[in-house]
Amino acid sequence: MDRSINNLQQRKVKALLLKFFVWFCGILTVGILIYILLFILLKGIPKINLVFLLGEYNSETLSAFSSIVATIQMIVLSLLISVPIGVFCAIYLAEYAKRGNKAVKVIRLAIDTLAGIPSIVYGLFGMIFFVNILGFRASVLSGICTISIMILPVIISSSEEAIKSVPDTYREGSLGIGATRLRTVFRIVLPTATPGILAGIILAIGRIVGETAALIFTSGTNVLKNPSLNLFASQRTLAIHMYMLAGEGLPHSRDMAFATGAILIIVVFLVNYATTKFAGRIGRLQ
Amino acid sequence: MTDKIKIENVDLYYGEFQALKNVNMKIKENEITAFIGPSGCGKSTLLKSLNRMNDLIEGVKITGKMLLDDVDIYKNMDATVLRRRVGMVFQKPNPFPMSIYENVAYGPKTHGVKNKAKLDEIVEQSLRSAAMWDEVKDRLKKSALGLSGGQQQRICIARAFSVNPEVILLDEPTSALDPISTMKIEDLLIEIKKDYTIVIVTHNMQQATRISDKTAFFLHGEIVEFDETEKLFSMPKNKKTEDYITGRFG
Amino acid sequence: MQTRHSNINEIIMQAIFFLSALISVIAVLAICLFLFMRGIPAISEIGFMDFIFNEKWAPTNTPASYGILSMIVGSVYVTAGAIVIGVPIGLMCAIFLAEFCPDNVYKVVKPAVNLLAGIPSIIYGFFGMEAIVPLVRENFRGNGYSILSSAIILGIMILPTIISISESSIRAVPENYAEGSYGLGATKEETVFKVIVPAAKSGVLTSIILGIGRAVGETMAVVMVAGNSVMPLDQIGILKPIRTLTTNIVTEMSYASGLHESALISTGVVLFVFIIMLNTSLSLIKSKAQRN
Repeated sequence: MDRSINNLQQRKVKALLLKFFVWFCGILTVGILIYILLFILLKGIPKINLVFLLGEYNSETLSAFSSIVATIQMIVLSLLISVPIGVFCAIYLAEYAKRGNKAVKVIRLAIDTLAGIPSIVYGLFGMIFFVNILGFRASVLSGICTISIMILPVIISSSEEAIKSVPDTYREGSLGIGATRLRTVFRIVLPTATPGILAGIILAIGRIVGETAALIFTSGTNVLKNPSLNLFASQRTLAIHMYMLAGEGLPHSRDMAFATGAILIIVVFLVNYATTKFAGRIGRLQ
Repeated sequence: MTDKIKIENVDLYYGEFQALKNVNMKIKENEITAFIGPSGCGKSTLLKSLNRMNDLIEGVKITGKMLLDDVDIYKNMDATVLRRRVGMVFQKPNPFPMSIYENVAYGPKTHGVKNKAKLDEIVEQSLRSAAMWDEVKDRLKKSALGLSGGQQQRICIARAFSVNPEVILLDEPTSALDPISTMKIEDLLIEIKKDYTIVIVTHNMQQATRISDKTAFFLHGEIVEFDETEKLFSMPKNKKTEDYITGRFG
Repeated sequence: MQTRHSNINEIIMQAIFFLSALISVIAVLAICLFLFMRGIPAISEIGFMDFIFNEKWAPTNTPASYGILSMIVGSVYVTAGAIVIGVPIGLMCAIFLAEFCPDNVYKVVKPAVNLLAGIPSIIYGFFGMEAIVPLVRENFRGNGYSILSSAIILGIMILPTIISISESSIRAVPENYAEGSYGLGATKEETVFKVIVPAAKSGVLTSIILGIGRAVGETMAVVMVAGNSVMPLDQIGILKPIRTLTTNIVTEMSYASGLHESALISTGVVLFVFIIMLNTSLSLIKSKAQRN
């Protein structure tokens, strides 16, 4: 009997240690996040000023204005290309594809593969194909083309999930009164799936804003004095601006790198918040 | 024979809903006691209180006393110790996704048995007690999930034996099984009752008459009648009992 | 009332949907094609054995040497370090979220994990450069730009991957396994660590493999903390700088040309092939788990 009481005590002690360890790791993870965010925000936000955001770029201002405009251009045009393709692909997979069909398996394999390719490899492909072979040279256009392929898996999977979570009863209601499959998709399914699709688009925006490796060799590291909408100009995006500033080694560049980082973090916050809001909407749909 | 389990003035609430009302019962050692009654009458709830599995559900409140060998199982006993002494077999067979050996060795390992020879002995002994040894002795290292439903349930019974309990609780153990597996398990229970105290919840009145010594009939959280099985089924004292066993409702 | 008009529309749109889906396939094929087209000839010119197994990377010497072994080893070390740091913390955090965390704490920790997932690599890299590198420099030997710093940053970066996938798998374990364990008198901690988590092991393994994929492919975060010197194999040390396959590309591409440039693209090809192999083993594990 004594041994079994000892054994019980040992087990209770072990249990308590494990519980503590588990809690510790949970709190540690949150702590790491807060540390990173505060580290950048506290040093970066004070350095943000109007000249940095809206002024002309020179070695004094190190303005991010032209980079910001280039980034926005990249986001809008990449989405313009990928969203229609991605949503149509999702419609095919969710509404028309037959299970176990060989073509579907190949398509899914391709999407999963695209999702797993590292950004630097996208950058190399973009360099070889868009910059050199197609002759776009280092330009915003090359960047846009590369990014469009890169975000395709994100758009496809979130759109497919959103479309799949539209209840079948909605479809049956529409088909039941004689509407065609097509009409059902465009009039009933897509509108209902819109919050989820939007969530995916916002997620993609977050990825584009943070992307560096895929763009260094495609849209390049060049910075223009003033913003330009010229697609064929080589321009750095906001994230690359930060990378370049971080690499310059000068105190002022370092300060402005923090500032750029703070802007990026704020954008990520907004993206994250918007995604949870929209994703919450699909959750409620189910 | 002594009273192994004493239940005194027990009320149980799931939040606002009262699932057990003023339950009083004495369960004798080395007997098979059956709980019968329609769905939702409280029989499984009472069973799960006997090994404090209800503790795992949020919002459960219990008043009254439950005693094992005259010791209050809620106030004066640790739940992990209680559950070693009072084992449980569930309605749906739930072997772990591990080998047959590991399933049966899990209990003793948890309670401190480390010696491999001793574990081997306990595993063999438990499987023999569940009449499974000959069937699985050559595939102890294979996954328990590869067995049939009836075999899996008997592995769960062997697993319950492995920690050397005094009481075994069974919650509709054969409701998901075929007639032959059911028969094997019923025969097993009759054989082992000399060494254990057995409480079985069953929907099947024929099963109660086949194997139990005493039967308790539950309705709306109360014990309507509790008597020797033969007497309860042939000459029920309460009209509600008679209605139930003759199939007038439930 | 399906008119012939809407029938044709239906068929056309169905074709368009299908073609959109095919674009992914075309994209993958194009990426393979053009990468291999530029990368394979270079490998054969350098010589396969010489490319993969030579530790000397000196493209500007005469004669030039294009061996990437040192970078392969660098990627391996840095990834292994990331796994050593990220998996224990990540798995424990996943267990915390799935089994121990009260609702009100979940509402704080889960969004924190999602936020970590969304932080761009450049931020991790910059944070590494400004916070982790000095930390390593002050507490250990060397200048801080090292395998250790890279492993720490990558370990943090793969946390969200490990945590979210492991958490889902743990939550997916059927409740009646836990019931069986409690019924035998096990404590909650024993039940979680000896029954529930082992039952989720294929999901946990998946999360680790995906984590490896992320760590191996990461460029920007590593290039800012690793030091990027090509280290001869006998001089590699955890507190010494290192160059990985990814940082090799980004460090030299801007001024490389000719065979040098092609060799860097070949480095990308090696990376690409490795990722494909990783994904394939993942699918194999998934289908094996499904069969069970």
